[in-house]
Amino acid sequence: MSEWPVLSALVWFPLAGCLVLPFIRNERSVRVSTLVMGIVEALLALPLFRFDLSQAGYQFQEKTIWVKQWGLSYHLGIDGISLLMILLTVLLLPLCVLCSWRYIHSRITEFHISLLLMTAACIGVFAALDFVLFYVFWEAMLVPMFLLIAVWGGPERRYASLKFFLYTLAGSTLLLVAMVAFYLEGGTFSIPELTARSYSFRFQFWAFLAMAFAFAIKVPMFPFHTWLPAAHVEAPTAGSVLLASVLLKMGAYGFLRFCLPLTPEASAYFAPAMIAISIASILYGGFVALGQQDMKKLIAYSSVAHMGFVTLGIFLFTQRGLQGALMVMLNHGITTGALFILVGTIYERSHSRLIRDNLGLGKYLPAYMGFFGLFALSSLGFPGMNSFVGELLVLIGVFAKHPWVGAAAIPGVLLGATYMLRLTRNLAWGEPSSVRNWPDLSVREWIVFLPLAVLVFYIGLAPGLTLRAIDPTLNRVIAEFQKPRAQVVEPMARAVASVLPAARQDGRNP
Amino acid sequence: MNVDPTLFLPELFQIVLILCLFGQSIFGRTPSADHLDVTGWLPFASAIGIVVAGLGLTAQGLVLWEAYRLDGLSQFFKFAVSLGFFFAVLNAQKQPTLALEHRSDYFLLLSLSAFGLMCLASSVELITIYLSLELSSYSLYALIPLRGKDAKASEAGVKYILFGAAATAVSLYGLSYILASQHTSYLAALVQKPWNMADAPMGLLGVSLFMAGFFYKLALFPFHFWAPDVYEGTSNETAAYAATLPKLGAVVILIRLSATLVPGLSATTIIAVFGALSMTFGNLAALTQRDVKRMLGYSSVSHAGYVTMGLVSGLPQGLAAAGFYSLVYVLMNLTCFWVICRLSPNGENVTLNDLNGLHKSSPFLAFVLAVGAFSLVGLPPTAGFMGKLFLLSSAWNRGYDWLVITAAVNTAIAIYYYLNIVRHAYTVEREGSAAVMNTQTGFGMMWGGVLAFLVLALGMVPSPVFQWAEAAGKQLMP
Repeated sequence: MSEWPVLSALVWFPLAGCLVLPFIRNERSVRVSTLVMGIVEALLALPLFRFDLSQAGYQFQEKTIWVKQWGLSYHLGIDGISLLMILLTVLLLPLCVLCSWRYIHSRITEFHISLLLMTAACIGVFAALDFVLFYVFWEAMLVPMFLLIAVWGGPERRYASLKFFLYTLAGSTLLLVAMVAFYLEGGTFSIPELTARSYSFRFQFWAFLAMAFAFAIKVPMFPFHTWLPAAHVEAPTAGSVLLASVLLKMGAYGFLRFCLPLTPEASAYFAPAMIAISIASILYGGFVALGQQDMKKLIAYSSVAHMGFVTLGIFLFTQRGLQGALMVMLNHGITTGALFILVGTIYERSHSRLIRDNLGLGKYLPAYMGFFGLFALSSLGFPGMNSFVGELLVLIGVFAKHPWVGAAAIPGVLLGATYMLRLTRNLAWGEPSSVRNWPDLSVREWIVFLPLAVLVFYIGLAPGLTLRAIDPTLNRVIAEFQKPRAQVVEPMARAVASVLPAARQDGRNP
Repeated sequence: MNVDPTLFLPELFQIVLILCLFGQSIFGRTPSADHLDVTGWLPFASAIGIVVAGLGLTAQGLVLWEAYRLDGLSQFFKFAVSLGFFFAVLNAQKQPTLALEHRSDYFLLLSLSAFGLMCLASSVELITIYLSLELSSYSLYALIPLRGKDAKASEAGVKYILFGAAATAVSLYGLSYILASQHTSYLAALVQKPWNMADAPMGLLGVSLFMAGFFYKLALFPFHFWAPDVYEGTSNETAAYAATLPKLGAVVILIRLSATLVPGLSATTIIAVFGALSMTFGNLAALTQRDVKRMLGYSSVSHAGYVTMGLVSGLPQGLAAAGFYSLVYVLMNLTCFWVICRLSPNGENVTLNDLNGLHKSSPFLAFVLAVGAFSLVGLPPTAGFMGKLFLLSSAWNRGYDWLVITAAVNTAIAIYYYLNIVRHAYTVEREGSAAVMNTQTGFGMMWGGVLAFLVLALGMVPSPVFQWAEAAGKQLMP
């Protein structure tokens, strides 16, 4: 292939940037050059828009032999799922640099190197088509994230970073064993080739458990979620944003990329349990979020709830469910990322993340509160905004398949509205507690929030393009999932089309 | 007997080094020379040794009355030994606890020990094996207590000798049983003999006892008790050598012996059980250590356990994986020891608290230490990950799946204490009262960087080196 290697460029450009940064002395120049690198990275991602929406297979593939003896290859490629995730990651890098402009004032160079490493590793995870390569990126991401929390974090940063590292790595050691088992069972580490084979149920059973353990910790699902609030609260703003917007998606991505296609029967077998855990995550995350005093903690627990919708959608195994799961993943990345930046913005002014120290901002910081209200409404799934699309699709999927489960998920939506609206009301109209002469949003902050706000409305009002990008891939995933047992997908297209005008335009039928 | 001397290039070069050092230590003893550092040439010479060992990689032959085999395996390990020897010598150059007048003797013994390990790699006859092993061990017995006038070092020395002597006696005792029941001491002939309880009970007993001597060298559970004490007691630089290179010697012999091991045999299962116990015990004991050298001592016990995964697989890839992993182990351990030795300009032991604030005083050394520690965990993209991946892949589905799962669980346990090293270096600030060390020297940074680069490069592009290991494994077990 003599084509321009888009994905390799995206992975290796930030790494090359890491080598340049240590030679820049001036702090401001470090920030500016990282910002420029982030923008160049975004420009490098532009060729991805040549992505052929009608194809279900992997595109932009690159393949070179890596370790011949063990059949490892440097194999990159993306489908609809990874396309969206990569675009989200690329978008976030410049925003992370911008939102740390004032927040981070020690060891600037190392901080920006960690951000670049994170970006490279995250893109690598979403683009890798070789199991070992995937694992390499998956683990490589831990170190910069650990440093982001442990070096630039809050007062409890050591505890939080250690917990984050131990939880995630403990989970992924079993993923390593599963990977080796797949190699010996399937004879290759290549993900597309592994997917084409089928495995005995007994093998699938254990492989699913090993992989699901790793992914469930990463998502995080209910009993394994305790690292998340600690990590979120202690991490610097940029760390929280990357954690919420990209890292959490990797668990769900793992379920979609590995569990469903590789172990379909075991996934079906465990689906009731996974759905139950998802519902538990939704309700538990919602209830705990209700009781939080700390804004970051509140948003962290709301993440647990949102990710519960993702796993719920995935384990329905229907097109609606999967569409919804992916939309929630994407939207959660946009909205929660924005909310974390908002909390960071107010923290720069009040030096407190507690709700009671930040009451009554509406009068003094109207632009800030405007954005806060916008993203809070988006987070609770207000119609016309992005999260609504995802949650609605998941709920339609779940009501079509298990109405009772759907009924159990509805309180989660109500809880989301409750804690988000209460937070917004207190921030906007509460008795002003400590606010005085704080400047409203600066130009830099406007630049951070505007693109995210545009995306909120774009996806909310016209989700057609996004859905069209993921649909062929989702159909493929469902086909792979059903490869042993032919099943009929519920003809739900009409139901959605009547609710979502935008979905009707592309007129696709599952 | 006609022997082609080009077959022995690495050994001959090492002998030349030894003779030079010997001459220097005998004739260089003028009163004025006592205050001169006269061993400054050795790193350059041992760097040439790496090249020579590289040239000798293709040597093939069976010489010296068929007791000495030159094949892919032996040459691979000789290369690994000379690489490790180079870094160990470089590391020990400015050893603070060693008087100048002892330097020639110190390096003489170090070179002799490395020479013994090179011979061990090629020995295929039990008595030759025994002699090579003793050659490498005796030199080390003398090196361990050489740490100024430290009482702990003497204790470590005595422990090492006593444990070593006991292990040697047991080995010899086993050797006598093997000779009595099988009437040969050649490995090639021994492989053909029956090895089961019914036909050769005495032989089986003998080989178990003989193996014990090597498990001692490898510090495999339950023969590991010396390792933490010896590492803690001896000087940092000697520990760097004792923790790394002798393991190579033990692994090469175990690889030769285990070419006869088939999964399912009771002997294989015993090794697998020892391996599992070794990794679990080593990791659990390391969790609570504060002294970094002691922690690395226990970590070496657990790494010996990981290597057994390759040995019990009964596949050429498994043997290759074990060989590759031991080379990687030497490199990553030397990386950690390199930083430890730089952090202790007066030669004291380094505790976790001494690592505090390392990222500020010398960010580059902190980075090197982090690379070494993450490689010991087995985190990509370091060589430790690739080595572990190869080991896991070779042992899976060979009847020892429980060993693989134990290894994976152990990786999870091990993260905690390796991460602790990184955590102290990166996140804990140095207390105001503690003296600020000036550890940022160009010498330390450059070679630390080389080691870290090697560890990272072997992790990202392992195939060229693994190719040699694989060729060696295939030759041994076609």
